[in-house]
This record gives sequence, structure tokens and C-alpha cells, in this order.
Amino acid sequence: MLAELLVPFSYDYMVKAMWVSALVGGVCAFLSAYLMLKGWSLMGDALAHAIVPGVAGAYIIGAPFAAGAFFAGILAALGMAFVKQHTRLREDAVIGLVFTTFFAAGLLMASLWPTSVSIQTIVLGNILAISDEDATQVVIIAAISLAVLFLIWKDLLATFFDENHAKSIGLNTSVLKIVFFILLSACTVAALQTVGACLVIAMVVTPGATAYLLTDRFDRLIVIAVAFGAVTSFVGAYISYFLDGGTGGVIVTLQTLLFLAAFYFAPKHGVLAARRRALAPAKAAI
Amino acid sequence: MRAPDSVISPLASATGASLGEASIDVQDLTVTYPNGFTAVYDVSFDLGPGTICGLVGINGSGKSTIFKAIMGFVRPTSGEVRLCGMPVDEAIKKNLVAYVPQSEEVDWNFPVLVETVVMMGRYGHMNFLRRPSRTDRMKVAEALERVGLSAYRDRQIGELSGGQKKRVFLARALAQEGRIILLDEPFTGIDVKTETAIIKLLRELRASGHLMLVSTHNLGSVPDFCDEVVLLNRTVLAAGPTAEVFTQKNLERTFGGVLRNYELGGRQLHKDDDARRVTVLTDDERPLVFYDDKPRPRTDAE
Repeated sequence: MLAELLVPFSYDYMVKAMWVSALVGGVCAFLSAYLMLKGWSLMGDALAHAIVPGVAGAYIIGAPFAAGAFFAGILAALGMAFVKQHTRLREDAVIGLVFTTFFAAGLLMASLWPTSVSIQTIVLGNILAISDEDATQVVIIAAISLAVLFLIWKDLLATFFDENHAKSIGLNTSVLKIVFFILLSACTVAALQTVGACLVIAMVVTPGATAYLLTDRFDRLIVIAVAFGAVTSFVGAYISYFLDGGTGGVIVTLQTLLFLAAFYFAPKHGVLAARRRALAPAKAAI
Repeated sequence: MRAPDSVISPLASATGASLGEASIDVQDLTVTYPNGFTAVYDVSFDLGPGTICGLVGINGSGKSTIFKAIMGFVRPTSGEVRLCGMPVDEAIKKNLVAYVPQSEEVDWNFPVLVETVVMMGRYGHMNFLRRPSRTDRMKVAEALERVGLSAYRDRQIGELSGGQKKRVFLARALAQEGRIILLDEPFTGIDVKTETAIIKLLRELRASGHLMLVSTHNLGSVPDFCDEVVLLNRTVLAAGPTAEVFTQKNLERTFGGVLRNYELGGRQLHKDDDARRVTVLTDDERPLVFYDDKPRPRTDAE
């Protein structure tokens, strides 16, 4: 029995998949702590879809997929800014328009050059079969992002919490926000490889949302979110060995289960805690 | 109230400036936004240390633009702002300007503790990793003590009462050790008791040489705690000591037809033909009461 459970660790490709997933899950979770606080969660989704044509294009011409993704992400951001400036449309409509256009272009490219691009890989991810080259790119992206976040997490917190104050103590909040969005795009690209374009949004929302229910301290929130993201991604990749693929689905399902647990059982912000307080109003010493 | 001879001229503060001498010097400030809208024009006023100054005007009169110019968020199209004798950027680098936001601007669900928010006031004093030193922790503890929130340091900010919420940001300004404190509508949505407590704190800060610029449309409190007033409607209509400037005539110019104006006199007030009269100006917040032409001091303030 035990031997059977250890089987995944005896395959190099599984060990690689588990560690890469954990790294990507951790860094995406770090970003999720910030993203959900500003109501920008869907930006992550938009980004993940918008970079698909870049990745497809990169595979077609044999360029590094990260470069293609980055290029497409910038184009999409410029496109959104352009449409926003020249129409009266609201932001959500602009985002919706631009990211679906890009996603469609990506699908079209993949169907025109089916040999070099696999739609399945881009949309659903395929960490179990990731090439060494792609894995290296993912690891570099994730490691650099994590390092940058360690350096600027407090400045980002100050910026996101009270931008005026942040500026008044001399922080360059515009640069900090741009850096944040570059990191978000980079990590979206990395997560594309593990869970695919459709589920990236879960990686950059669920860990932060879960941790938010468990603590009121931002530093702990980050630690909880990162641990949550890394462990679920590692375990998700591990379980997917026995289920024969579908890593993205397994990781996100795990995350959702844990979110639900927090939703009900969180000591202070959970549903049960709220019910307890409602039943004992005299002791509601919050 | 600032005596005329203590007025810091721009020249004097530029030469003898130490961090202790707080001053705001706005000269012919005009701000035109990129869309072509001129928010304020030809604004001039200067303020010295140990002053509480009310920046009074209706919405859209340019109060927030002046705040932004003082914090360096917008560049003057023409004119100049100097703080403690220095250009704005330099003063910001030296952490001289602290900002207390409007309550509506703050996300009270943000997962931060009272202490964390106050510690953010110290970031400008820390190295780039923002690791608090012992001094930083001490200053934060002092600031919390001073506003009476030491017992609440581990609370998430949303769990506080209205007045406590306001004091968290005052504590952050104290921890920052800014000599100039900008307060954006500090009295909206709080009760009179809290208001009195905040005014008391502002007076203590005045005694220690701070310069506070308070944007407000709450007219009733202004004569209670402001030494000086700047009346604004896209340009300065009147500026100077409250007793001279905060008059019914000037306020009517500042607010146009926006305020309710009740005038009670003669037989409505007295049995005899006493010529004295009472005028009440209100925008539905605390009313401003003139007895004859003098603002009537509040009896419950200290």
C-alpha cells in the first residue's frame, strides 16, 4: 500500500511536476493576497485569456512561450486602454471585449497550426508532460517574482491600503502598481503551464480569499495563502498521477474544498462562528 | 492665534529652516488638469508653526486640489508651493507631511490591525525592506498611547467605533512625525463627543508646533478650533485669522446659495426693540450661529 503511494516520487516527470506546481501555486497565492483586496480579481482572468495568442504564436515560430505571452499581455493592456479612452464603455465591458477577442485569436491560431500548438495544453495546462525547457522558464519566472515580492510586499501593502499616504511618504505608487501587474502577468503565464488558461483565475483568487477568512493580519494572510497555494498545488499534482491527468482540475478542486472548509469553520469570519455569535448576543465581545 | 510678528516670511524660513519650523507657503498657485479644467487659480496663503487652519469651501471649490498640490500629486501649472521653506518633493522625502484621509476613502474591511496601520507611518523612516527598528516600535506605541488606542492595537480596523477609526489615522500621522498634518473632512460622520476629543488632540499638537490644515465644510466647528481660515472658491476669497475672516459676509460669498440662512431678530427674539439679531448658517451639519456679527462660541468645547 505504502509503496503504491510513493510511486509518483519514483518518476522524474512526476517529481518535477509536483515541485514546479508547488512553486507556481505559492507565488500565485502571494499575488492573490493583494488582488482580491482591490476588487481586481477578474483582471487575472482577463490576463490569462489574453496571453493565449502570444503563447500559441510563440510555439508556432519556436520562440520562448514566456516572451510571446508577455507580448500579447502588453498588447491586450494597450488595447483595453485604447478602447476605454475612445468610447464611453464601462471598464468591465472593455475588459470583456478585449480578452475574448484575444482568446478567440489564440484558439484560431491553434486550430490553423494544430501540429505546433495544442489547444488542450493551453486551455487545460499539462504540467505532467511539461518539457524541460518550459519548466525552466516557469521556475525562473516564479523564482524572480517571489524574490521581488519579498522585497516590496510592505510597500505594496501601503500602496493598496492608502495610496495617498503611500505617496506622501515618498513611495512611487505608479511604479509599484506597474511592477505588481508585471508580476501578475508573469505568474499568469507560469500558471498557464500548470492549470491552463481557464483555471488560472482560481490560482490567483482562492488562496487569498481563503486566508482572508482566517486572519485579520496581512502578514499572516500572506503566509497562510502561500502555504495553501503551494501545498494544494503539490498535492494536486500528486493526486493527478492516480487519476491519470487533469492536474489543473484536481488542484483547483482541492483549493475549493479548503475554501469551503474555511467558509464554514473559520474561527471568526466563518458561517458557524457568525451563527454562534448570533445565538449568544450577550457575549458578542467583538 | 498667531501673532502678526511670528509670521514666517518665505525668506526667513528658507534661510533658518530647521525641521521644527512648520510652514506652508502657497504663492499664486494655479492648477490646470490635463483635460483643460482649471481647478484653482492664483491661490496664495501662508501659514506658520503652531497653527490650525481651516480650508473651507463647497464641494468642487478646489480643496482637494490644494491638498494634492501640497502633497506633490499634482504639479502647479503656475505658481509655487513651499513646505517648511523647501520645495514639496524635498519636504515629502523628509517625511514632513502627514495625511489623514476621509473615512469614506478607507477600506475598513482591509485585513490590517490598528498597529500595522500606525506602523505604516514609519515606513518613510525605515530602510527599503521596511523592517521596524526599536525606535519605530517605540514611536508607534507612543502615538497609540497619545490617541488613547493602546488597548486596541491588535484589533482589525473595521472593529473600531467611528471616533476610534479617525484616531488610528491621527496616530499614523503622529508616528510619521510630520510637522504638517493635512486632515481631509475629519468631522464627517462622527458624534459631538468624538469631535470634541479630536479637537482637543489637535490643540495639543498645535501646542507642540505642528501645523494643521483641515479641509471642512462643517462650519459650526471652525470658530472653535481654527486659528486661521482660508475661504476658497477656486481661488482664495479671504484668508487670515478666524475672527477677522470668518464673517457672515465672507461666508455668504464662499457658499453662494448653498447654505440655509436663518435670521432671527427684533420681536422674534426679544420683547423689546433690541436691535441685536441671531443668524444661523447651516448646511445640515452643525449650524454656525452669529449673534450680531460675531460667531457664537460653543459652550461645550472645553
